[in-house]
Amino acid sequence: MKYLCLVYLDEARLDELPDAECVAYDREIRGSGHCLASEALQPVHTATTVRIRDGRLGITDGPFAETKEQLAGFYMIEAHDLDQAIELASRIPPARVGSIEIRPVRPIRETVAAAEALGR
Amino acid sequence: MDPDSTARITDTIERIYRGESRRVLSTLIRLLGDFELAEEALHEAFRAALEQWPRDGLPANPRAWLVSAGRFRAIDAIRRNARFSALEELEAHGHEIAAEEHGSRDEDIEDDRLRLIFTCCHPALAADAQVALTLREVCGLSTEEIAQAFLTPVPTLAQRIVRAKGKIRDSRIPYQVPPPEALPERLDSVLRVIYLVFNEGYSASSGETLTRHDLCTEAIRLARLLGGLLPEAEVDGLLALMLLHEARRSTRSTADGELILLEDQDRSRWDRARIAEACSLVEQALASRRYGPYCLQAAIAAVTAEAPSFAETDWHEIIGLYDALLRLAPSPVVELNRAVAVAMRDGPADALALVDALLARGELRDYRFAHAARADLCRRLGRKAEAGDAYRRALALSRQGPEQRFLARRLSELER
Repeated sequence: MKYLCLVYLDEARLDELPDAECVAYDREIRGSGHCLASEALQPVHTATTVRIRDGRLGITDGPFAETKEQLAGFYMIEAHDLDQAIELASRIPPARVGSIEIRPVRPIRETVAAAEALGR
Repeated sequence: MDPDSTARITDTIERIYRGESRRVLSTLIRLLGDFELAEEALHEAFRAALEQWPRDGLPANPRAWLVSAGRFRAIDAIRRNARFSALEELEAHGHEIAAEEHGSRDEDIEDDRLRLIFTCCHPALAADAQVALTLREVCGLSTEEIAQAFLTPVPTLAQRIVRAKGKIRDSRIPYQVPPPEALPERLDSVLRVIYLVFNEGYSASSGETLTRHDLCTEAIRLARLLGGLLPEAEVDGLLALMLLHEARRSTRSTADGELILLEDQDRSRWDRARIAEACSLVEQALASRRYGPYCLQAAIAAVTAEAPSFAETDWHEIIGLYDALLRLAPSPVVELNRAVAVAMRDGPADALALVDALLARGELRDYRFAHAARADLCRRLGRKAEAGDAYRRALALSRQGPEQRFLARRLSELER
């Protein structure tokens, strides 16, 4: 089962986490086969938010929501169940200064494909 | 079959339902991988038993019969409804379900009950959902009963349970007993749920009734069940702690619901059998050297319960136990309780200094018992004005009828 681990932290505390340590864990989790994708993000001041309202494109500077902790990166992982996902997420270095939100991936393509197959 | 024996077998089925339905459910959840499916299957299995057993007689192993009947009826239902998502799940689980020849061996079933407890108390579920789900699935209370006990509207509680089951399914919370390295933390979560259930029954946080006793009985039953499945010192510690509270329950309020303080309780009415059981549990747990905060709290309650009178309580011992507890689990509430014991050993002036220092730290500013304790110490020191202020502060923070009347009584005695 796929889980997206969203890494949130207060960007003011970013320097408490050496890049080398984050990359070391990234290598480890990729080596274990549990990591499908992972990236660190540029700071939140670089964010642009896009939405369509009444058929018109709206573009605003900044993130979707202003929060004390900002989205700083993500890991897309493959884990057997939530306990394994928690174990993998708890070792992401920013867990020490920020928080990791674990979200199970909804198998939307599979659900639609199965519905189409039944409909035929 | 004559009507008499039909009635007899119907009684037997009811007895089996009361005794076995939770065991059968916990195994069906493992076999079917889904709470809702398992509950439907459990109902179907008992419906089938009511039809077939009066005709064919009682099976040799009713529990195994029920598990297997429930499993096959669930598979049938999935095929009939041809729900595509359920079909997929069935394919994924199919081999497991078919291969499950030993699904109803006694030790498997006991493991299933433990799996169910740990799943319902999984820390990824909201705390109130853990409580509701445990009472519903492990204890078999109805949604209406739980809602009533927690003074929650039925739809709110039902929604809470549905949402928790949805999270278990969608985020795949595993149906397993945690591995040894995760056990202490996960066990904490289970013990917290059990103690929450007990406390809700023992001292309702608001409202007129001081005890909602069924919840206490359920919590004690849960702790006994858990202790039987998982021999851990802290489980015994929590069981002992609840037994000690329960032993004194009937003496802590008058017939019309007014509060009676520990020092004024009729010790001859304390339940000596429960106290003896609790004390031996505490001794065992302390001797195991694997004890934690629940064991120490139980030990403190045990010293109190074994004292012939309030004045003859061994306060030295109690303060020593509080010190050990504070080293293990620092908490301002425990410090406050220790201060109350210090008042008994060293006098109210020493204790007041401790309480004032605690209040100055701010964590207990809105904790009614901190102000009630300060009021009592000031009263004993003859500092009437300060005592009055503190009683009024405690009164303003209290939401419970008997507690409010007790504080108001103290306040009026002070002003006489």
